[in-house]
Amino acid sequence: MKPSLYFRPTNLQEALTALSANSWSVLAGGTDFYPARLGKPLEENVLDVSAIDGQEKISFNDGRWRLSLQATWSDLIADNRLPARFDGLKRAAREVGGVQIQNRATICGNLCNASPAADGIPNLLALDAQVELMSLQGRRTLPIADFVKGNRRTFRREDELVTALLVPDSGRPARSVFLKLGARKYLVISIVMVGAVLELAEDSRIVSARIAVGACSPVAQRLPLLEEGLIGRRLETALADMVHERHLAPLAPIDDVRGTADYRRDAVITLLQRSLTELAR
Amino acid sequence: MTQQSIRFTVNDTPAEVSVDPLRRLADVLREDLGLTGTKIGCNAGDCGACTVLVDGRQSCACLVPIGQAAGHAIVTVEGLVAKGQLSQLQQAFQDHGAAQCGICTPGMLMAASDLLAQTPSPSEQDVLDALGGVLCRCTGYRKIVDAVLSLGKTTAAPVSRNAVVGARLPKVDGLAKMTGAERYGADSWPADSLVLRAIRSPHHHARFGFGDFAALFAAHPGLVKILTAADIPGQNVFGIYPTGKDQPVFAEGYARFRGEAICALVGDAATIAAIRDDEVPVEWETLSPLQGVEAALSPHAAQLHETAKGNVLIEGRLARGDVDAAITKADIRLSDNFQTSFVEHAYIEPEAGYARRVGDRLEIFATTQTPYMDRDEVALIMGLRQEQIRIIPSAVGGGFGGKLDLSLQPMIGVAAWLLNRPVRCTYSRPESMASTTKRHPASIAITVAATKEGRLSAVRFHGDYNTGAYASWGPTVANRVPVHAMGPYHVPAVYCTTRAIYTNDTPAGAFRGFGVPQAAIALETMLDDLAEKLDLCPFEFRYLNALDKGSVTASGQRLDASVGLRACLDALRPQWERLRLEAADFNETSRHLRRGVGVGCGWYGIGNTSLPNPSIMRIGLKRDGCITLYSGALDIGQGSNTIMMQICADALGVPLSIIDLVTGDTDLTPDAGKTSASRQTFVSGAALRLAADDLRGQILRLANVGEPGRFALDGRTLRVSDGVTDQVIDLARLPAAGENGDVLVGEGRFDPPTTPLDADGQGIPYATYSFSAQLALVEVDIELGTTKVLRIAAAADVGKAINPTQVEGQLHGGVAQGLGLALMEEYIPGRTENLHDYLIPTIGDVPPIDTYIIEDEEPLGPFGAKGIGEPALVPTAPAILNAIRHATGARVTRVPATPDRLRAALRATGRYEAAK
Ligand SMILES: Cc1cc2nc3c(=O)[nH]c(=O)nc-3n(C[C@@H](O)[C@@H](O)[C@H](O)COP(=O)(O)OP(=O)(O)OC[C@H]3O[C@@H](n4cnc5c(N)ncnc54)[C@H](O)[C@@H]3O)c2cc1C
Ligand code: FES
Ligand code: FES
Repeated sequence: MKPSLYFRPTNLQEALTALSANSWSVLAGGTDFYPARLGKPLEENVLDVSAIDGQEKISFNDGRWRLSLQATWSDLIADNRLPARFDGLKRAAREVGGVQIQNRATICGNLCNASPAADGIPNLLALDAQVELMSLQGRRTLPIADFVKGNRRTFRREDELVTALLVPDSGRPARSVFLKLGARKYLVISIVMVGAVLELAEDSRIVSARIAVGACSPVAQRLPLLEEGLIGRRLETALADMVHERHLAPLAPIDDVRGTADYRRDAVITLLQRSLTELAR
Repeated sequence: MTQQSIRFTVNDTPAEVSVDPLRRLADVLREDLGLTGTKIGCNAGDCGACTVLVDGRQSCACLVPIGQAAGHAIVTVEGLVAKGQLSQLQQAFQDHGAAQCGICTPGMLMAASDLLAQTPSPSEQDVLDALGGVLCRCTGYRKIVDAVLSLGKTTAAPVSRNAVVGARLPKVDGLAKMTGAERYGADSWPADSLVLRAIRSPHHHARFGFGDFAALFAAHPGLVKILTAADIPGQNVFGIYPTGKDQPVFAEGYARFRGEAICALVGDAATIAAIRDDEVPVEWETLSPLQGVEAALSPHAAQLHETAKGNVLIEGRLARGDVDAAITKADIRLSDNFQTSFVEHAYIEPEAGYARRVGDRLEIFATTQTPYMDRDEVALIMGLRQEQIRIIPSAVGGGFGGKLDLSLQPMIGVAAWLLNRPVRCTYSRPESMASTTKRHPASIAITVAATKEGRLSAVRFHGDYNTGAYASWGPTVANRVPVHAMGPYHVPAVYCTTRAIYTNDTPAGAFRGFGVPQAAIALETMLDDLAEKLDLCPFEFRYLNALDKGSVTASGQRLDASVGLRACLDALRPQWERLRLEAADFNETSRHLRRGVGVGCGWYGIGNTSLPNPSIMRIGLKRDGCITLYSGALDIGQGSNTIMMQICADALGVPLSIIDLVTGDTDLTPDAGKTSASRQTFVSGAALRLAADDLRGQILRLANVGEPGRFALDGRTLRVSDGVTDQVIDLARLPAAGENGDVLVGEGRFDPPTTPLDADGQGIPYATYSFSAQLALVEVDIELGTTKVLRIAAAADVGKAINPTQVEGQLHGGVAQGLGLALMEEYIPGRTENLHDYLIPTIGDVPPIDTYIIEDEEPLGPFGAKGIGEPALVPTAPAILNAIRHATGARVTRVPATPDRLRAALRATGRYEAAK
């Protein structure tokens, strides 16, 4: 067996130095880390980022919300400062596993694990979030869509750490939603999910619309055609009628144990319609 | 990995361990700190059995590296007891009957503690949300919800401290389940134990050979032995039936299913964990697998077992009347085909135990439903005499039929014997799912016929049951189903045939109902079709045809007593009428949600089908005036320990406090058969009554008192009275009679009276039957194909409820499993080998359940009791499927009715469009 290391730095610099020197698996809340290694010996170096301090878990600065790598789903749920645009992400948070998962699992971990069924990603896309990556080389940010490469793959370099998710907040009134379709009530992997954020003008016309669908493609996808069609429209329940099959072009659903591709294509339309209806309510 | 010293507190006590910091907190608690109250059901976050508090917040101990515990406060179930007293929460669980097997109880208690610390008077929704991450397979959750909700309230649980039959006595063995002290298969092992891990076939069908093991031994000095088929001292074969045993302990060059053991590694724990499966040198030659019965029955299919031509293991048959003529003559006849899936038992406790050699004897401590059969089978495999084997069952964390077959017992037995060292083993969740038995998938063709007045005239049924790679309980299923397939109805002409078919799938065995739930899905759906065509109320249609006292069954058996189906339906009728109206009202105004109400009925013959099925029970009286109940009737969570104590106390007329229970150790208890087929209350309970009568008789004879004599025990003083004179006997002066220091020993044996069935399946297959009927109210989202069960009303004729709380518990648990069967459970070998791809109902999926206990006493049963374990489950799936049909018009002929299947069925009705 190869000798392997465990390192749990308490500051970011130590973590980045370690990453630059060695190859590491990053460990945060462990809720994807351990299940992925069930029944296999641990033979890797593990960098545990859970003790890095010096950052508030959720903070607001310069028109941007910052969700640090420590922020768990429970932290998000409990934060009453977050504006309505986060309602959808909060709803997703309540549907990630059970409470014992939400208490430890991080939002950054959900993104980095890059599962096609990650419940956090549609709303992060809809929030237009940026990923903050740090290394000894410096800091860079990437939009979510440019960060996730494919099924369980990201564009994070080996020497980088995801240090935060950054969510712009224009201060405009916004509404957001998350709808998850699963085959049981709790602890369920999504068959399809939809996350959406709409920003509204004073007269309740839609000024920006971002709608994303998960579990229907290797990486959750926004639906630009649908989004464009919404801009300038007034928020009302009739919006649901706009949803059309052609909006689904970016999706490529597959058959798996949770449902057929046909079913997904059918169900996503319903979820989109319901999302719009809810947003207008 | 280098070890680090890590400090934290556990239950307010400082702890320090020097371990690999990536070791899971759950492992450290259990293995390093001896706190085995924290359970491991999956090691993947899916079951919540390992839930502990980290700084007050519920967390899965299987997902927390011990390195992250440094400096934090951990609370486990062991920390809930204060000053030797159960906490209020624990007491509420005990009083409400919220634990059956108890393996989920620590996790439930911890999740609930977190909730109650934050929200002292939670709403029901709060409870569901907080406990949503802990799975329970036994209770159907409702009593757990009640227990947690009771904390904010003053209403006490309806508990009786009285031991008499009919009382709501809390579980006599419940305390240890509340405190974490209970010892399940993985909770106890000798300190110097080696660890065993099986290596299994990754292929459904393959030939294989081993390479040279030398390199593996050289790379891993802690590896002590690699066991293969060559190491088996006796026969490398086991199986349920005395003839036709076909399953090897280790495959010999030929693997018939994915998950079949080919060899096992034995060594110290760290070494065994460090060896990757692919380090073991195996050459595989894959063969094309026969998956599903269609493949196995094709004329070109390979023959998987020498003795089974065409891969047919066995056929079952029942014929009564001229079914063809009856179908032709009937006013209406309908036919269809049905398909069910593999269903996994998903007990939260994976297989676990240890074995050790004691002189020329072998002791096995393991989780099991059938210690005596284990003993006999292990003896054959070991080449030892039965007396040389001692089976000490651990507490069982759920069975449902899945722990009737041998699993790890022979492997650890052989290893411990050969190495003369204790050897332990715990299956991982994927290993448990891939290698142990399942519910048989059934392919059913059925025709039903009736008169226009609504009298059933005929049922023709054929079921092919996929028994997987080995026979296991396939013959039982093939024989039981033909007797039950026409349902609990009077049907003059019946022709039922079944086959158990070998395939390269996971072996199918015993699972709550032995094939009957599958048959009921087909029949009960067809009954609704008939009712619809005949324009009859489906409920009254069933009532009209229901078996009743004096009815003759399709096997020609006259039922003279205890036929409570109509009473069950009578109890449900008011709800039926009300719920049907409410559903119609709801549908008037609802757009995409539609509600419906369905009914299903079931019956279940108690015990073996036409085979001897005896139990022996023993009661001893000691010099100090204490009674010992020697009960081999194994409690797997269903509560037979409590039932037997109640029967014992009541039959002897003594208080519970003077009875000691010795249970399920093949050295200490007589053979009470297996815990299956809903038989323990009826068969072992009846044997126990006889044992009590025997002991009573001996006591009276001791004093030369005839009936109706009475006795009372007051310490060592025995008072016997014939109503006129009292006699006082000093027990301490009597000579010991039994080997356990008993001065008197009463024994009872009961074998339910049955007769063999003839070639047409005619005879008396069972001494008695339990009956049940259920209603389901569902809400279907027609656009998404999802189904929410809103309410279940469950009635069951159990003869006599020895303990009503436990009968309700069985009903709730059966309903939850039936709901899973109907809507979500589908085991696909190689694809759903974990508890996130294989879905069982969570606390949010099981609706409120109304229970109606019908007591139509069975003269043969103890105090009139029959069984309830399986009849609880049979009607649930049919009721749900019929409710879906009532709500939407969609008929479901393949279960589970997953959202995609139901959506397809909805669209097939032509009433619902594709989304656009
Ligand atoms: C029972 C159960 C149910 C679940 N249910 C759901 C669900 O319903 N919906 C859902 O979306 N998810 C679900 N999950 C998965 C969810 O818990 C995770 O995706 C979680 O959010 C990951 O966070 P973590 O902190 O636990 O990450 P970890 O497991 O610690 O890490 C996850 C991955 O991300 C990497 N990583 C983590 N943090 C960083 C970082 N800062 N920089 C770089 N790489 C990093 C790790 O290397 C690893 O590859 C479930 C998990 C379990 C066990
Ligand atoms: S053992 Fe931890 S969740 Fe199952
Ligand atoms: S009591 Fe919950 S799993 Fe058995």
